[in-house]
Amino acid sequence: MIAAGAGWPTLLYKELLRFWKVSVQTILAPVLTSLLYLLIFSHVLEKSVSVFGGRVTYTAFLVPGLVMMSVLQNAFANSSSSLIGSKMNGNLIFILLPPLSPLELFVAYVLGAMVRGLVVGLGVFAVTLFFAPSLLWMPHPLWALAFALLGSAILGTLGLIAGISAEKFDQIAAFQNFIIMPLTFLSGVFYSIHSLPPFWQTVSHFNPFFYMIDGFRYGFFGLSDVPPLTSLTIVGGCALALGAFTIFVLQSGWRLRR
Amino acid sequence: MPAAVDAVNIARRFGSVQALCGIDLAVAEGEFFGLLGPNGAGKTTLISILAGLTRADTGTARILGHDVVTDYRNARRLLGVVPQELVFDPFFTVRQTLEIQSGYFGIRSNGAWIDEILHHLDLTAKANANMRALSGGMKRRVLVGQALVHKPPVIVLDEPTAGVDVGLRQSLWAFIRKLNHDGHTIILTTHYLEEAEALCGRIAMLKAGRVVALDTKQALLSRFAGLTVRLAAERVPAAWRSRVLREEGGVYFIGLARYAELEALLAALRTEGITIAELALQETDLEQVFLRIMGGEQGVGDGAAAQAASVGAVE
Repeated sequence: MIAAGAGWPTLLYKELLRFWKVSVQTILAPVLTSLLYLLIFSHVLEKSVSVFGGRVTYTAFLVPGLVMMSVLQNAFANSSSSLIGSKMNGNLIFILLPPLSPLELFVAYVLGAMVRGLVVGLGVFAVTLFFAPSLLWMPHPLWALAFALLGSAILGTLGLIAGISAEKFDQIAAFQNFIIMPLTFLSGVFYSIHSLPPFWQTVSHFNPFFYMIDGFRYGFFGLSDVPPLTSLTIVGGCALALGAFTIFVLQSGWRLRR
Repeated sequence: MPAAVDAVNIARRFGSVQALCGIDLAVAEGEFFGLLGPNGAGKTTLISILAGLTRADTGTARILGHDVVTDYRNARRLLGVVPQELVFDPFFTVRQTLEIQSGYFGIRSNGAWIDEILHHLDLTAKANANMRALSGGMKRRVLVGQALVHKPPVIVLDEPTAGVDVGLRQSLWAFIRKLNHDGHTIILTTHYLEEAEALCGRIAMLKAGRVVALDTKQALLSRFAGLTVRLAAERVPAAWRSRVLREEGGVYFIGLARYAELEALLAALRTEGITIAELALQETDLEQVFLRIMGGEQGVGDGAAAQAASVGAVE
């Protein structure tokens, strides 16, 4: 007899194999994009932007932001594109026919997304480290890891929601361009929110992505715009709430089982 | 012993279309069961409900006693479905596809059975080819393989031979027959009625979401026992007009109860001076039964026979 819950590791394996087979597109390309961001932004802004009261160079400040941005964007891309791809190809049926529970589907897709996000993040970190080698001696690596894990889980979950709700590829693109990209770019990847006017500082505090980036950066510098525990609580709370919501959606069969 | 498939009062509506209107169907273990009907009759919707891909508005469905909604894990483990659409995952090879599908059912080391499936489906030489590189017929066979990886006792095939050439169709049926012989329950939908006639023991015919006939193949054939005359002529003798089953461009199909009636027909043709351009006789086959039932005829016996068959199908 087959043990209950034994199907999800294979779904995770399939998710990993899927992006690994097209790693030029899924890993190398985003690493190169981040490297270009670093080269251009650090070249233009290094001397004109002061962060954390001048205690950190702009290039060093930028690296963790770019790493986390890559983690988040690629985690989202993985689960959303896998699911919409399966829907469009019709091969989603291979996942719907076996006895995989909603929780199993959730765990496999989100873990797959987390691995993709973290692999790309590590790749970005490896190539950008050349420009800020001091970052290797980060004071709080576990904080950085905790935010990377939670951030990728949240974006993997958002990707899953996008994949479930979308019926065409362009709906995923819309989700990415109108929700994920603005929230990422306005989260402090490229700047410290203390450099913003007070109004936009307040607005930034309603963006959960800001806490992910800020908390992640704390791991590298021991400095942050808000206390790391506050960020961890907010990010953890978001992860739990989104996770519960997504499992509920999967349970309902909405847009998957007609 | 629970039925292999037990559907009770299954109804499903999609917007303004009532796809299924209270289907009752029981298939016993070990049967080779045919599910026939024109496009849009509800066959695929019914299969989707059994497989948990679609949810019924009302009614319950069980696979070997396990409810497809409340006990879906066991129900799905006992069911293998070959979908109608020719779908595949372009990232993987044939063997990877089958290994991954096994894994979804929690089966890790399934190599020996996968080798056997590949052999029976004549796919051994293509085991390491990417799915994209396969012809349509080969992809169809991989779909059959995917439905079998977990050795399900109940196998549903939704038009599995669409687009498959004659040679492959024969080998596919030999394999499915072997599975049935080994004790698997087979439920088949097909548009090739000669295929259903050759393979299925019992047949349900669906029309507009209802079961309009449900009986053994022999009973269905005998319900419309007799002959059909295919007559090409300018008209039909007046007394025989009521016996015309259908007309296709000057060709009349006339039902006869027995050979002796042929003489009477020929005599009537002679009397009225009608010239026969072409005349052929054929015995009733499933296709004619299908067409006549879909045309609303009941045949010998009546609707009660279908009801009785539906209730007493599983001993």
